[in-house]
Amino acid sequence: MIDLVWLIPVFPLIGFLINGLIARSFPEKVIGWIGSLSVGASFVVAVSIFLELLEMDPASRSAQRVVYTWILSGDLNVSFGFLVDPLSMVMMLVVSGVGFIIHVYSIGYMHGEVGFRRYFAYLNLFVFNMLILVSANNFLLMFVGWEGVGLCSYLLIGYYYEKQSASDAGKKAFVVNRVGDFGFLIGLFLIFYTFGSLNYTDVFGAATDKLTQGGALVTAITLLLFVGATGKSAQIPLYTWLPDAMEGPTPVSALIHAATMVTAGVYMVARCSVLFALAPVSLTVVAVIGGATAFYAATIGITQFDIKRVLAYSTISQLGYMFMACGVGAFASGIFHLMTHAFFKALLFLAAGSVMHAMSGELDMRKMGALRKKLPYTYWTYLFGTLAIAGIFPFAGFFSKDEILFYSLQRNLGFWILGAVAAVMTSFYMFRSVFMTFWGESRVEPEAAHHLHESPPLMIVPLMILAVLSLIGGAVGIPILEGANRFGNFLDPVFAPAQAILSHGHHAEHPSVTLELALMGISLAIAFTGLFLARRMYITDPDAPDRVIDKFPEVHSLVYNKYWIDELYDFLFVNSIVNFSRFLWKAFDDAVIDGIVNGVATVTRDFGSTLRRFQSGLVKDYALSILVGVLVVIGYLVLR
Amino acid sequence: MVTLQHYLVLSAILFTVGVMGVMFRRNLIVILMSLELMLNAVNLTFIAFSRYLGSLEGQIFALFVMVVAAAEVAVGLAIAVAIFRMEGTVDVNEIDLMKW
Repeated sequence: MIDLVWLIPVFPLIGFLINGLIARSFPEKVIGWIGSLSVGASFVVAVSIFLELLEMDPASRSAQRVVYTWILSGDLNVSFGFLVDPLSMVMMLVVSGVGFIIHVYSIGYMHGEVGFRRYFAYLNLFVFNMLILVSANNFLLMFVGWEGVGLCSYLLIGYYYEKQSASDAGKKAFVVNRVGDFGFLIGLFLIFYTFGSLNYTDVFGAATDKLTQGGALVTAITLLLFVGATGKSAQIPLYTWLPDAMEGPTPVSALIHAATMVTAGVYMVARCSVLFALAPVSLTVVAVIGGATAFYAATIGITQFDIKRVLAYSTISQLGYMFMACGVGAFASGIFHLMTHAFFKALLFLAAGSVMHAMSGELDMRKMGALRKKLPYTYWTYLFGTLAIAGIFPFAGFFSKDEILFYSLQRNLGFWILGAVAAVMTSFYMFRSVFMTFWGESRVEPEAAHHLHESPPLMIVPLMILAVLSLIGGAVGIPILEGANRFGNFLDPVFAPAQAILSHGHHAEHPSVTLELALMGISLAIAFTGLFLARRMYITDPDAPDRVIDKFPEVHSLVYNKYWIDELYDFLFVNSIVNFSRFLWKAFDDAVIDGIVNGVATVTRDFGSTLRRFQSGLVKDYALSILVGVLVVIGYLVLR
Repeated sequence: MVTLQHYLVLSAILFTVGVMGVMFRRNLIVILMSLELMLNAVNLTFIAFSRYLGSLEGQIFALFVMVVAAAEVAVGLAIAVAIFRMEGTVDVNEIDLMKW
């Protein structure tokens, strides 16, 4: 089966080609199922390869399949090849599995939209690029997928392109990603310069020989790669595109936030774990940026009233967790959280889409309330997602988040505090969204209340599947118990070289069970603190939030307006670039370039208008010219 | 005694008269006649040299020139008639359709 790995990205590509090129007159249902089943087929192939991988000896679970040599130019030899190992396997399963569920949901959600076919074509292309990204066996092919998801995010965020804000958000996502891609590309150049190859196995195999531990070169490479990751995975300072990305249809947000796109950065850092392990400075930077983002985005999430915006900031915050995990050397925990996050964040977004569907497009939580009676399925699935992201036992998020906090504490108390405070806030704002949306008094506007209805089964069933995954998804990575952390053990061979470098010199002592249990207790207490705080403020005492705002109006306005970062970026970067471009337009393009072109034309015209005086139309003048000419020629011949 | 020089001088005078006619007369018919004068001045030169050098080539050329001159007059007079029908005049100063 491993030989068939190329089928995994090819199926969505076929779906894209059919829907994009020939499905013009197909009915909606057919288009939707072509799109969904093409991703479903990838998932089936991925599962069968996964089962085969499990059969194999853990140490030998890594296989490359080269389809053909793509670029052969001098020293540069890049093949179009795939790498199957536990890490890429997990990513392929998550991308195709969660992607499939989102596709099916979209059939119901997008029903009757104008660009239905375009939507599914782009969605398939998105999944195709993401699968290329995670399954590539070299950096350049990964970069192809990397750019591809950037393009697709632009196309899908700007799906409602007639809307100014949507097309702006698409452009913003593309441009901000571009900034990160620049760093990533320079990193690739440096890697090629150093290793003479872009193949993962060549690079990582030779890393310890060619690079010195903590050297400037490896630090530069990893920091540049991390710049790329901050763009794609929405970390400080390049996170601003993600909250705006919800301008696209809600399932697209689910896809971007859960399965494709934002996970690319985490995957890339985990893939380069060997390089990062060689650069302690970079690791610290990754951990600090991750922890800071987790904390910072959570504070913004608390103040937002738009349900999708809350979820967007929670994604940024959770991605921060994943980077913090990678930064403290717990790559497997980061990937574990990536997987559980994919389940519950897809669930939350799709459930929010279901709410939006029921509310005729309303997103403001201040105009919701008491929806749990009207939308029971949506309510319960959303609650499952919330319990999972808040980290309440035994939901998936509990295990993964606890693991990250545990490893952060081992590294540094500061990271743990950042993570723990962010966890309280996560729990708080997620339950706040639950209480504001589904509990309390109904604040629904009469017009919308009239249309309130539960979503069709095509949307509810995907929600239920994801809810079940959010509940049991953590069971593959239960800590403490020897051998129960199957997920970690599965990934171990991939991260073993990095771990060997990290634990170089001092043997890692096995953490005490008591400490782990105590930390689990604390994690749980943290989650419940958030829950009760939210309950106190939004159920028992609904005036409390306003009192807090009245008490600290400046703080609230600062956080509510996202620390004015968008405005700051506009002021610092966007406006200065726009002004500089305008200067170039006026001073250089208009004056110099147009001046040269118009100047040539003017000279030619003036010359011509002088010469045309000779064209008198009178035969005598022409005869005179001939005579003069003849005399000149004869005079020359005679006098020479 | 009439020498070659006499013929050549006469020919040059005829040719100059023709050129002056082309340059300074306004009537299209007269201009055509002046052109004929120039051609015949050349013919005279050909014949004179033919006689002087004892070669027939000059006379053959003179015959060709006469043929061309006849054709040229036919075309030129046809144009003159056409212009007269259109413009009502054969004054070349009035005919400047090809002006810029």
